[in-house]
Amino acid sequence: MSNKIDLSTNIAGVQFDNPVIMASGTYGFGKEYSEYVDLNQIGGISVKGLTLKERKGNKPPRIAETPAGILNSVGLQNPGVESFIREDLPFLKNYKTKIIANIAGNTIEEYCEMAEILGDSQVDAIEMNVSCPNVKAGCLAFGTTPKGIEEITSAVKKYCKQPLIVKLTPNVSDIRSIAIAAEGAGADCISLINTILGLAIDINKKKPILANNFGGLSGPAVKPIALRMVYEAAHAVKIPVIGMGGISSWEDAIEFMLAGASAIMVGTANFVNPIIPVEIVNGIEKYLESHGHTNLNEIIGKLELND
Amino acid sequence: MGNILNEQIVNTKMLCKDVFKMTISSEYVASNAKPGQFVNIRCGGLDAMLRRPISICDVDKSQNTFDIVIQVKGRGTEKLCSMCQGKVDIMAPLGNSFMIDDKHENICVVGGGIGTFPLLYLLKCSQAANKTALLGFRNKESVVLEDKFRAAAGNVEIATDDGSYGKKAFVTELLEEKIKSQKPDIIYTCGPAIMMQKVSAIAEKNKIPCQVSMEQRMGCGIGACLVCACKTKNGNNWEFSHVCKDGPVFWSTEVCWD
Repeated sequence: MSNKIDLSTNIAGVQFDNPVIMASGTYGFGKEYSEYVDLNQIGGISVKGLTLKERKGNKPPRIAETPAGILNSVGLQNPGVESFIREDLPFLKNYKTKIIANIAGNTIEEYCEMAEILGDSQVDAIEMNVSCPNVKAGCLAFGTTPKGIEEITSAVKKYCKQPLIVKLTPNVSDIRSIAIAAEGAGADCISLINTILGLAIDINKKKPILANNFGGLSGPAVKPIALRMVYEAAHAVKIPVIGMGGISSWEDAIEFMLAGASAIMVGTANFVNPIIPVEIVNGIEKYLESHGHTNLNEIIGKLELND
Repeated sequence: MGNILNEQIVNTKMLCKDVFKMTISSEYVASNAKPGQFVNIRCGGLDAMLRRPISICDVDKSQNTFDIVIQVKGRGTEKLCSMCQGKVDIMAPLGNSFMIDDKHENICVVGGGIGTFPLLYLLKCSQAANKTALLGFRNKESVVLEDKFRAAAGNVEIATDDGSYGKKAFVTELLEEKIKSQKPDIIYTCGPAIMMQKVSAIAEKNKIPCQVSMEQRMGCGIGACLVCACKTKNGNNWEFSHVCKDGPVFWSTEVCWD
């Protein structure tokens, strides 16, 4: 590793050693992957979506492979926020990787309560999931209108001791207005995109493959959509943007940063190649070096559109 | 613990229509694999991105190789079966394993179709005095690896759905007959869910401990993504366990079959 290249990135006051963060829902609570990857080499981990109380999740099948992607309907299976703090966070705090608690609720009050509980914990930031397509109540409903985003962000922000990241859904017609609403209501950062609502069909059974019928699409198939939305959102707000959606290589990561992302999240690609985060970190460094850059700020948002 | 490995394919052989045996050279897997565990194997390409979980069928420690048997079901398995040489990217060995207890003198495995394969290595590893394999296939053409099962178990009985080979029966009927003549100390089963449910019910009725190897669509294969849910009992309640990490082997009494 070259000493000249600075890979650190600052997200709302939290200094990440590098811009590669593991996306919520794809990395559990880090332990499983720690057998394959040195978690110290990863900038951050956004943990499995947490709810106020334990959630069992949806019936299986919960996954379907689609062209260049996957469709999932896990339905936020998790042990609940307090169990996470007690049982899982101490393990993660053995590493220098930054920990983002991803929270999802059925009501604004639930989000506020979780933010308050996490305030006394050692998590570095809170990512508010208002965009999960796999739960019937709450969650996505808050994330699809500027008014909904504004209402929930301003309420939860009051309870946050850590920076608040609002994770946006792509299932909207105008991402800019949603991003602006989040910023206006006090979000410290926005992350996008969550999965895109989709359907996969078993033609022999004439039934959906997923027990929950619809699921969230992720993987390389969504990358062009995610890139466009990250570009639009990053140019609509002044707060930092974390970009994600189909990132499977360091080249993908560079594209997202050029589009305006201060950090990126890797999700589905972890299932295919568990050491992909380290490969991406190394690739970003080599890219910066070969282009004569010394830090990430020299590429973040530097995409020049054609005339 | 599982490892990410890039291993050499020794050969790939067609056993019957759409079923292939792949032999892979791997000192790590040959030394560490336990019966019931699986490998998560990368097919490659954007049209079959996810790794495929495939049971370990057999291990040859003297050659440092292991076998997997793959049934062509879609794009990924089709791609895998076409790989005859070169290297494969695998995560292995993964999952828990069948419990082998030296106190068990009579063991019985009950396999259906492609589910028969992980039971072969189990039979080879068991030191039981009496080993029975009850295997069910669709028809004569789909009966494979019979010679290997005969070498691993003293007693092998085969049932086919259409009676074109062995006995025209369901493999569960063979089990009921077996129990009448000699009650096994433990039953191990792998195959279609409906078959394993029936085997579990027979085992429970006869008060025989029974282990089942469950199957579910997987994402990561190591317990992080939580997609391969399997409903299991938890006291008076239930929970979703995960086939890749908590399984694939469960006690039959743990599983909620509804």
